[in-house]
Amino acid sequence: MSDMNPALETFSQEVDELLTAMEEALLGLEATPDDSESINSIFRAMHTIKGSSGLFGFDDVVAFTHEAETVLDKVRSGERAIDAELVSVLLACKDHTAQIIQHAFFNEELPLPDELQQQGQALIVQLTGSSRAVGGMSTTQQEKIDHFEVDVNTTDSSDNWVISLAFETNALRNGMDPLSFIRYLQTLGKIVEVVITMPPLIRIENMDPESCYLNFKIVFNSSADKKTIEDVFEFAEDDCDITILPPNSRQEHYLQLLANLPEDQLKRLGEMLIEIGALTEKEVANILDEQLDENNADAKPLGEMLLEKNILQQPVIEQALKKQETVKQKINKESNYIRVDAAKLGYLINLVGELVISGAAMRLMVDKHGLSDVDDVASTMSHLVEDIRDTALQLRMVQIGETFTRFQRVVHDVSKELGKQIQLQITGGESELDKTVVEKINDPLTHLVRNSLDHGIETPAERLRAGKPEKGTIQLNAYHDSGRIVIQISDDGKGLDADKIVAKAIAKGLIKPDQALSRSEIYNLIFEPGLSTKEEASNLSGRGVGMDVVRRNIEALRGSVSVDSELGEGTVVTIHLPLTLAIIDGFMVEAQQERYIIPLSMVEECVEMSSDEWQIDEVQHYVNLRGQVLPYLRLGDFFHNHKKHSKTQRESLVVVRFGEAKAGFVVDELHGENQTVIKPLGKLFENLNGIGGATVLGSGDVALILDVQGLIQHAKKQIVR
Amino acid sequence: MNQLIHKKEQKSEITAQDQLRQYLTFQAGNENLAISILDVKEIIELNTITDVPMTPDYIRGVINLRGNVVPVIDLSARLGRQSSEITKRSCIVLVQVEYNDDAQLLGMLVDAVDEILEIPEANIMPPPDFGADIRTDFIQSMGRVGDEFIILLNINRVLSIKELSQLKQVADFESSHLNKEALN
Repeated sequence: MSDMNPALETFSQEVDELLTAMEEALLGLEATPDDSESINSIFRAMHTIKGSSGLFGFDDVVAFTHEAETVLDKVRSGERAIDAELVSVLLACKDHTAQIIQHAFFNEELPLPDELQQQGQALIVQLTGSSRAVGGMSTTQQEKIDHFEVDVNTTDSSDNWVISLAFETNALRNGMDPLSFIRYLQTLGKIVEVVITMPPLIRIENMDPESCYLNFKIVFNSSADKKTIEDVFEFAEDDCDITILPPNSRQEHYLQLLANLPEDQLKRLGEMLIEIGALTEKEVANILDEQLDENNADAKPLGEMLLEKNILQQPVIEQALKKQETVKQKINKESNYIRVDAAKLGYLINLVGELVISGAAMRLMVDKHGLSDVDDVASTMSHLVEDIRDTALQLRMVQIGETFTRFQRVVHDVSKELGKQIQLQITGGESELDKTVVEKINDPLTHLVRNSLDHGIETPAERLRAGKPEKGTIQLNAYHDSGRIVIQISDDGKGLDADKIVAKAIAKGLIKPDQALSRSEIYNLIFEPGLSTKEEASNLSGRGVGMDVVRRNIEALRGSVSVDSELGEGTVVTIHLPLTLAIIDGFMVEAQQERYIIPLSMVEECVEMSSDEWQIDEVQHYVNLRGQVLPYLRLGDFFHNHKKHSKTQRESLVVVRFGEAKAGFVVDELHGENQTVIKPLGKLFENLNGIGGATVLGSGDVALILDVQGLIQHAKKQIVR
Repeated sequence: MNQLIHKKEQKSEITAQDQLRQYLTFQAGNENLAISILDVKEIIELNTITDVPMTPDYIRGVINLRGNVVPVIDLSARLGRQSSEITKRSCIVLVQVEYNDDAQLLGMLVDAVDEILEIPEANIMPPPDFGADIRTDFIQSMGRVGDEFIILLNINRVLSIKELSQLKQVADFESSHLNKEALN
């Protein structure tokens, strides 16, 4: 990646975005096949990739995308209907494009490997082969319709092309035969009427028999486009003045095309009209020449000149101008976004972190020296720093929607593979969270969705038998809840079988046969290693290695996951995640002269540890907290047994909660809340459980951030031994 | 273009070779040791080291280096000797080691830093097959200075992140040990 030049890198990003958009649009088309916006977006993706690949000389990519583009163009113009089959082929095309572009990026010099080439060939055949069949059919239909129209419409010339040919006097001398053109024109459609006009009469004796005096006006009925018609007269161009006025039905067609024109870049009026086929390049070039030729003050805009020359009807030009305006507005709106290098943003966030730390240092100093007049200024600044922190973190927030919509494809592919009918519903896609969290949540989420697809939703037959709609539903939902984001994956499938889980857990030795468990405790057993209820594993999920990995990944993000289910009704997996990984609100405690930070969100309460009330002894490590058994851990002893513990000061018990469970930490001193900038501990400590990171205190010392869950699990293991 | 780059590489190679013969000597566990000057990022005086619990002895803790948290390895303990006593002359030598294409900054706690020595190529000897009380793969070569030999350490082996981060098993064992004592 590093040796990629910047232009290529931009291109690579663009391709990624375009392909993602294309996939989304394709999947959208399944639901609403006529959505012109989706079709345009697909076309745009192929078109842009083709263009940009050309710039970089990726010929294979150009060749392939050209085929796809051609087919898509037909779809766009309504010549070819889009169906499920075509969508599937196009999805495959999208994947193939990604592959060959990847190849082009990294092995620029090497030709495409055979397998990719064959894959491409196969796709092209699928694309064009079927398109030819469809295309052929539509033309025959078209012909029939033409015929029919001619029969009825002979009187109505409004729906015909009007071609005016004004031959130069020298035309015949130059070997032109006007009749031959007209004859050739017949191959394209039906000539309804030919009107021959003469220039102001010349006296017969002055007439040169070798000169041409005839002008033709041809009323022509054809489904060919303007360019094709113009090409008929290609050889006559020099000796003939040609104007081709499109028929009124074409006008509607043009209007429609104009409306569907992609709005991604600002185009000149001429360019737009060429693109929809209302004008040919030659016509525009001629008019522009003329515009320049006039070279005087009253040079008119292109639109007016077109009208004057009667080349195009007014509504088309008006519509084109309107379109130009909307595109202009849209582009202005779009340019309100700035693309920022993620590294720069990371640097800014780091700096803000430093700012928070030195802010804390300043506060420390102000308090130490008791400077009351500085105090005001200092607290104003603390507020500002807090605002800056929040805003800076906001910059990295992205909507989760994009991550969600990626699953449309997964659901689409997998449900086909499994022979199930499943739809994905997405809600709350606008909820924002840190980009790094989004990236890391993708894998666990994929796993959970696949689980629902594979194990949750039943086959259509099973569903019908259970009295449910044939089509299963998986829902992805996200919402904010007290400073955290909650993601829910729910399905209306068969749900979890509590008895089965218990039986399996006992067989695996995870629980004792006589152990009484609450319903939610039973369901959450599925996150234990080695528990998978499906009898046979499929290639998607179900080897029993999944759910514990999911939980581990989510806990690594300082999140939690739980599951609830109703047999026969469905399953809901709920994930709680912090919004950001960079800065948290922490609670500082001290034990054995070392300071530790506990994430504030996990701290439930702090109580004084008095030996008299609590009957604390050296053997038991639990207390009675308002009637509940609360296991606790002496942080100082647990961490630093080698140091002598001094039990002089009052000890405090910090009650922490993670998910449903509670535990206590016994510490020597409480230092209260502070903003904690999380500094990674680095690779060296990646296998260390119980410590989540470090932070730099205002004093310049380093304090460790406790990973409460990891620590408790760590302690549990040791107690068991 | 390619040629230019090539030339540049050659040039830097030459300077690298010049410097290769320079070594930073220091003491750890009552022994004179040295590492190539190219491996040394910085030498800083000792500040507060925050202890990281549940880690082996040779991980001394972490320090704040201009806002970044940097782990500190007790070199003497890592070489299988006693943990270093902190004295006035104790220093932290910052080195950078490669791990999975990533550079990780590590501090190395030593008892004292001596000097920068130039050892000519001719005086560099291969390590002895046995006889040294340090793991042989930690020794890059032996440098002869006057009549004495100084062990030149292979820093990427001594401070191999891959090896150091295998602390889990050790930590589990050690702290479970500790915890049992705590319970007693």
